[in-house]
This record gives sequence, structure tokens and C-alpha cells, in this order.
Amino acid sequence: MVTRWMDRTGGATDMVRSVCFWLVRSRFEFEQFVRQSVSVGVESFGVTALTSLFTGMVLALQAGNTIGSIFGDPIYVGTIVAFSLIRELGPVLTGVVVAGRAGAAVTAHIGTMAVTEQLDALYTLGTNPIQYLVIPRMFAFLLTMPILTLFSNLFGIVGGYLVAVYALGVPGEVYLSDITSFMDVNDFMHGFLKSFVFAFLVATVCCYQGVSTRGGAEGVGKSTTGAVVTCIVLILVLDYFLTAILTAFGI
Amino acid sequence: MIEIQHLKKSFGSHHVLKDVNLNIEDGKVTSILGGSGSGKSTLIKCMIRLLDCDGGKIVVNGRDISRVKDPFRLAAVRRHFGYLFQEGALFDSMTVGENVSFGLKYLTEVPVQQYEAIVKEKLAMVGLKPSVAALNPSELSGGMRKRVSLARVLAVSPKCILYDEPTTGLDPIMSDIISDLILDMKKKIGVTSVVITHDMHSAFKISDYIAFLHEGTIMMYGTPEEFRKTDNPYVRQFVDGSSQGPIKMKLMKE
Repeated sequence: MVTRWMDRTGGATDMVRSVCFWLVRSRFEFEQFVRQSVSVGVESFGVTALTSLFTGMVLALQAGNTIGSIFGDPIYVGTIVAFSLIRELGPVLTGVVVAGRAGAAVTAHIGTMAVTEQLDALYTLGTNPIQYLVIPRMFAFLLTMPILTLFSNLFGIVGGYLVAVYALGVPGEVYLSDITSFMDVNDFMHGFLKSFVFAFLVATVCCYQGVSTRGGAEGVGKSTTGAVVTCIVLILVLDYFLTAILTAFGI
Repeated sequence: MIEIQHLKKSFGSHHVLKDVNLNIEDGKVTSILGGSGSGKSTLIKCMIRLLDCDGGKIVVNGRDISRVKDPFRLAAVRRHFGYLFQEGALFDSMTVGENVSFGLKYLTEVPVQQYEAIVKEKLAMVGLKPSVAALNPSELSGGMRKRVSLARVLAVSPKCILYDEPTTGLDPIMSDIISDLILDMKKKIGVTSVVITHDMHSAFKISDYIAFLHEGTIMMYGTPEEFRKTDNPYVRQFVDGSSQGPIKMKLMKE
């Protein structure tokens, strides 16, 4: 188990190293990058929007009820919803959803290419899987995941607003001013920087699992579930350390 | 001329190629025969450097290519070869036309405007209509996939084409058509061909030379005529396709 993890980590590190090499030494596959960005963005937008809307709603409901039972009034609901989302849940939820949706698709696609010798075919036709498949996908994730995170924050805050205003009876202006009067740029940067780290993580894990797929259709299934599980676990674990580091830097 | 000298390749403790020595003549068809799992594919994958060999040399035009590490020189080595994959390995996210023109972008200086004409020409060479270019690989039959795959190889005009079991999985008529195509390529463009096969009928038809790979070494090398007449019991059994003989006994003992 431990050796397998070390093998994987070593393999993924080697892949990142070749990504750096080919990024400098070969032409960038711009067309592939655009196509992948669109597909990652479109595939994941709906799920991201839906999950963040309801997360925002449940946050507002929980915060409103708890605070209401302590202080008698649901105060600071907007603050709690917005802080939780922008610093924490926006990037984490987006990471998890994108890993499950677009990440799995990437692993399945590259994995299928691996077991049907299409990756070898790339070598014989003058390019290679890193240049042609991995680099465009990596940049597609790095572009789309921060954007999706912004949307996730927005939808979450809207969800919170709906519950706060229509279920808890908090005036809309109060909900919004609770957000704007406590939030500053660093809070936003805290979550935004996280989303880049998660994008890099999801792209690396999913591409590496795809490229290293062996063993036919069964192998593709294994890689795909493996990629998604690894992504989710790593995102949640890494999130703690990222928060600690970013806070130490005052962000 | 491609000279393979003392080539070795192991996967873990499994020694697939032990000591392979083989010369491949320019402009001829050399078939490599051998049972399933005898290391035929491993051998040609070492030649085009999809696999790294563990020992020995592969000398192409006087230069040993088996130790090339630099990715760009490696790409130049691979340029020399075209590889026809067993299942075609067509990119299923692209149309047939895009598949055929794929290598042009990376291996040639041909301007994009000429791609369509080249696709048409290469498809015609393998006996396919230009309208096939718009199809997706999933819409093709096994024989058509192999032809499209061959067209993709031809588009970048390699000096040597490596065929990985070109007739496996095809009906007898389609097998023969593919065999004719291999001969055609030799005649029309003088390309060197290395064909991995266990289809005796096709091997006798297309080969100038045959090499029999058994237990990690070339057990016999000769012309099809010599193979027909040989009394080597291993080769005899393989050529006749019999379950009785030394090769079966070896398998039983393991």
C-alpha cells in the first residue's frame, strides 16, 4: 500500500517534470486547450451551480437557526455564509465536483487511449501524450476551475440570500451589508489561490491516472474511480494545510 | 538495412527476448513468425523505441538507435518507422481524415491547405473512397480500420513500416486484401516492411524473408521456400499448425 502510493507519487512527479520540459520545448496545442477548457467548463458548470446553491442555502438555514436559538435573532447570516463559501467551500466544492465530472472524463478518455495503443500512436506520429494531451488539459483546469469557483461563490451567496430573506425573514440589505462590511480582498484571495492549487492537483492526478492505465476496460474503470477518490481525499487533506499556510502569510 | 544484434528484453523475471539477431533488408518484406506471447510485438516495439531494450544493439543505417535518450533525437529515430497497430489505434475523437493527416503537422513541413489532397491520395492508395474521410473511426469495420491506419502511416512516408499482426481478426478475403496491400506498398513506394504474423498463408504470400522467433531467439531465418521444406520440428509444427510437436510439449511442462 505504502510502496504503491510512493510509486504513484513518483510517477506523477515525473509526469509534472515532463510537462515542464515539453511546455518549454514544444509548441503549445492552443486548439486542444480551447476545446478542453470549453468541455471542462460546460461539463462542470451545472453541477457546480446546483451544489453551491444548495450549500449556500443550508449554510444560511443552519446559521440562522443556531444563532437564532442563542441570540434570539438570526444575525450575521450573510457573514457566515459568505466567509464559509469564499474562503472554504467554494474552492473545495468546486474541486470535488470538477474532479467527479470533468476529471473522471479526462481519466477515462486518456485511459481508453492508453489501453487501445492510441498513446503509442501519438509517439509514432511525431508528438507525445504529454504535449498533445496532458499540457492542454492542465491549463484547461487551471483556467476553468478558478472561474467555476467564482460562480460557485456567487451561487452559494444567492442561495444563502434566498433562505435568509424568505425563510428566516432577514432583510435583504442586512444580509448583503453583513457580507460587504466584513469581507476584504484577502478573504477573496484566500479562496481564489486555493482554487489554483486544487486545479493543478485535479489535473495532475486525473491525467496521470489516465496515462498510466493498464489492463483493458477494467483498467479504465479502476483508474477512473482511483482518480476521483484520490482527488477528493487530497483536496480535503490539502485544504487544511493550505488554510494554515495562507493564514500564516496573513491571507 | 536494419541490424538487430544480441537484443535482450525482460519484463520483471520474464525474459521475453534473450538474444535476437536479425538483419532486415531494405525494400524487402521480412515476416517475423512466432506463437502468441513469443515476443514478436516486443521486438518491433523495441525497434521503434516504444519500449527500451535491456541489452544489444539496433543499428539503422550504421547508427545504433537503441541508446538514444534525448526526446528530440528519439522523435527523429521514430520518424524512420511507421507503425501499423494491431487494432489500428485510430484516434476516436477525430474523423478519419483528421486521423490520416495527423502526423503531417508534426513530422512534415506540408502546408495545411494540402492536407485534404494528401488524405484523398493516401485513402485511394489503400483502396478507400474519399467520402470515408468524414466518418468517425467507430463507424468503420475491422478491415477498414486497418486500411485507414495504413493510410495514416503512409501519409508521413516512413522508410520502414512495422506491421503488428495486420491480418489478425479479419476474414480470409480481407486478410488477403491486406496482404496484397503490403505487397503493393513494397512495389509502389519501395518501403521496407517488417510484418509480425502467425498467419502462415499471408506470410508465405508476402515475405521475401521469414524469421521464426521462439523462446527469445530467432530459431530460423530464410526464404518462404526454405520454410516450406524445413525439417526443423519446431518450425515444421508451426508451419503446419499442428497441436502435436515439440512446442506443445514445452508448454505442457511449464
